[in-house]
Amino acid sequence: MKKLHIVLLVLVMASIAILISYLNVSATYDTVASAKEKQGKFVHLIAQLDRTQPVEYDAIKNPNYLSFIAMDSLGGKVKVVYKNAKPDNLEHSERLVLKGTMDNDHFNCKEIMMKCPSKYNDDPKKIQNGIDKSSGTVTKTYSVNDSTEKTTP
Amino acid sequence: MDYIGEHLLPGKIGQLLLYISLIASLLAAFAYWRSFKTDEVQLQKQWKKLGRIAFIADALAVIGIFVLLYVLVRQHRFEYYYVFKNSGKDLEPKYIFSSIWSASEGSFLLWTVWHGILGIVLIFSSRKWEGPVMAVLSFLQFCLSSMMAGLYLFNWRMGTTPFALFREVKGELPLFTNPNYLSNIKDGNGLNQLLQNYWMVIHPPVLFLGFASVAIPFAYAISGLLTRKHKEWIAPALPWSLFSAATLGVGIMMGAAWAYESLSFGGYWAWDPVENASLVPWMILISGIHTLLIFKHTGRSLSTTYLFFILSFLFIVYSTFLTRSGILGETSVHSFADLGMNFQLLLFLLIFTIPSLALYFIRLKEIPKIQKEEEISSREFWMYIGALVFFFAAMVIIGKTSVPVYNKIFGLNTAPPEEVEYKYNSIMIWVAIIIGILTAIIQYLKYQKTTRGFLIKKLVVPTIISAIIATLVLSFGNINFNKYGMGYLTAIWMAIVASIYAIIANASYIWLGFKGKLKISGPSIAHLGFGMMLLGMLISASKKEVISHNINGIGTPLGEGENPMENLTLIKGVPVTMDKFQVTYLTDSVHPKKPLWYYSLQFIAKDSSEKFTLKPNAFINYQNNEGLMANPDSKHYWNKDIFTYITSLPDPSAPPDTTGYQSKTLKTGDSIFFSNGYMILNGIQWQTTNLPGELFGANGKLAEAAVKVFSIDSTTYTSTLRLAFAKDNKIGVADTLHSQGLILKLSDATDNNVTVEFKETKGLLPYVTLKAYIFPYINLVWLGTLLMTCGFIISMVHRAKQAKKASA
Repeated sequence: MKKLHIVLLVLVMASIAILISYLNVSATYDTVASAKEKQGKFVHLIAQLDRTQPVEYDAIKNPNYLSFIAMDSLGGKVKVVYKNAKPDNLEHSERLVLKGTMDNDHFNCKEIMMKCPSKYNDDPKKIQNGIDKSSGTVTKTYSVNDSTEKTTP
Repeated sequence: MDYIGEHLLPGKIGQLLLYISLIASLLAAFAYWRSFKTDEVQLQKQWKKLGRIAFIADALAVIGIFVLLYVLVRQHRFEYYYVFKNSGKDLEPKYIFSSIWSASEGSFLLWTVWHGILGIVLIFSSRKWEGPVMAVLSFLQFCLSSMMAGLYLFNWRMGTTPFALFREVKGELPLFTNPNYLSNIKDGNGLNQLLQNYWMVIHPPVLFLGFASVAIPFAYAISGLLTRKHKEWIAPALPWSLFSAATLGVGIMMGAAWAYESLSFGGYWAWDPVENASLVPWMILISGIHTLLIFKHTGRSLSTTYLFFILSFLFIVYSTFLTRSGILGETSVHSFADLGMNFQLLLFLLIFTIPSLALYFIRLKEIPKIQKEEEISSREFWMYIGALVFFFAAMVIIGKTSVPVYNKIFGLNTAPPEEVEYKYNSIMIWVAIIIGILTAIIQYLKYQKTTRGFLIKKLVVPTIISAIIATLVLSFGNINFNKYGMGYLTAIWMAIVASIYAIIANASYIWLGFKGKLKISGPSIAHLGFGMMLLGMLISASKKEVISHNINGIGTPLGEGENPMENLTLIKGVPVTMDKFQVTYLTDSVHPKKPLWYYSLQFIAKDSSEKFTLKPNAFINYQNNEGLMANPDSKHYWNKDIFTYITSLPDPSAPPDTTGYQSKTLKTGDSIFFSNGYMILNGIQWQTTNLPGELFGANGKLAEAAVKVFSIDSTTYTSTLRLAFAKDNKIGVADTLHSQGLILKLSDATDNNVTVEFKETKGLLPYVTLKAYIFPYINLVWLGTLLMTCGFIISMVHRAKQAKKASA
């Protein structure tokens, strides 16, 4: 066997070993209930913000503490603690991917990924609303002085 | 219904040009194919002529489409959905280009425009290779054009056209019941604010030039296999592969620079699937260039070269599939919508993968080989190992990136693991060590065989210099990144040594090997740049330092191993200590046309040696995106960057402050407790003289109460509260302690007592919450990129001249 063939074999095996070990340490996408069964294990919790409960965040007291209730599609609820700044569009998010570990009664979140109703959303209703919003102020300007009716940022 | 005010003609012309490009590219592919399949010289010429005409027609058509789209965006023709969706009236002229290539159709268009231009260059320069090479390129051009054709074949829509009308795409909107609907669309959807950055003007064109040019070495390789001229395609393909390596490399690093300057994840590389998808073809291409050089000098590893050039292009197509099919879903920060063309994208992938790999394996047996094993002291042996390591590193990266694909195929539920960046870095650091050392040594080896004496004589000086510098860096550089333990830190040290060795050895080789002739020193310069990039990445990542540690506010207890608190709140006007600076949030200002806010943060060094202002900015509720989109700002030094961005702002829609004043009557020495501390009345003073008579009247007097506030974080403030007794009115002036959120005023005063009214407030305080980092030696990354690119270009020019000489 040639020396290069040995090198090739080693590299192929190393690559496969690395990929398998990567898949083994990989996490899973979970609901609140299934995450609760995996206490202390790193999971991706797919949920949304429970808007009936207050979001606890006070940047002046502590900009590194955010807490809210997350609710999954099956209705499971859990308190989420995220020791970082509050993502500003949290309240407007449609869906949250929360990465972290379940710690008894609450979810210790390391990273939040938000799916927001962005402009890339092709939902026609939202497009129409967007147009109504921008043209709505304009229709009013027929009766009111133009300069006073501009929308302010 | 007759709609008012629409400009339909440009769209019709554009659509016509799309069809022309579709037909012309297919015709060109067919004609070029015939031209090299036939043996009759006369017929060959005729087919080739037809191929040229068709390809040039295609190139002109796609350029025409680009110009039309530019005009439509520029003139805000919102009757076209693409224009409405991706642009707005507030855009600066330079961002009109960004709008064009911000969405799928426009980026395919950019890609085809580059193919058009590169194809024309090939028509005039590729000579006998024109037939097969252009056949491949034309067919590829056809596939890309089909992505934006918007053509209905039976019930299947092929591609999405940028010229579709708004009312055709979204006909169900009530808006279109009005014939004069255009007058109601006052503005477009706007360009995603993250793309409103100058890097987004130049990064996509360079990246897509890289994508487009990778097809050329591929086309040469396929041509070599088809024509069985296995040895002849090498010389013309080499300069193209170097060109491709340069443009794709720069394109990727420009994307990294954009991420660094515009995205707020605090870095330039995150192993995001989108980044990986373009890095992997580049790595395979680099491997291919090295095996090609081995073949050129020794006649070995031709079959590997074929495979690498084919795969580097196939992975470009695969990355297109990954990033545009929406399959990445949850794993990427970049959200890619499903464009509804997954079938077409998959077809695109298969139509190139299956035939090209099949052709490769059919021809594999007849590809020339050398049976005798290479010497272990030869350059080709180690170069081949380097190429293999680099290739397998690429395979590992794409293997990890493809997890969502396995999920789809096998119905799994696998999510990326914890600390995904570390999972990549901990593997890639070993690749960096191996490649760094090989890069340093290989140029000093000779092809075929190197004698030990020669190697030692040449290598001894660079090795000693590197050893000295590496020792100094490791001894005094304080590289002690121990978050992941000693093993990883040791690997970082080894990689730093390896990259320093690569830098010094390659810099030396310019004199020792190439005798200072820069025209032929391309390889050394490229490798020197690569080593410098590695060193910059290693140092900036392992010595990245958070300086916005939250020590001013009230700390919450941190558990073992928890994230240190990296966000710091600055209240307007209140200086805060950060590293060796006093930082004050001074003012904010808004962009004249967009809801883009700039926050002036003044940094004053504690030893007063320097003073500067950073202006991180943020879009607030831009267009239909609610919330905040922050862009960082950095202070650049030659050896580090201070990097900061806004993470949180007061909520403008927060309910107004409704807490009322509490009041308490105090005598000197009494105290009031509030949530963050307490305050003591130190004394009361009265002024009766020297008061302005017209304001205070005849018997006016002024009470002054000195109050000392003790905060829980052991800071103290003194405040003098004043109450004017003027013309029978009692007028108290409120004093605000921003840092404590306290508002104090006097409502009454007698000789012994004062009544203090106070309230604690949050809503009123203007503040920003930010993160700040120091990135040391980040400039090495950018300088290394620049040098590597220069090296590629020097080599490309050199090799192109050689190829010309050889064919002449």
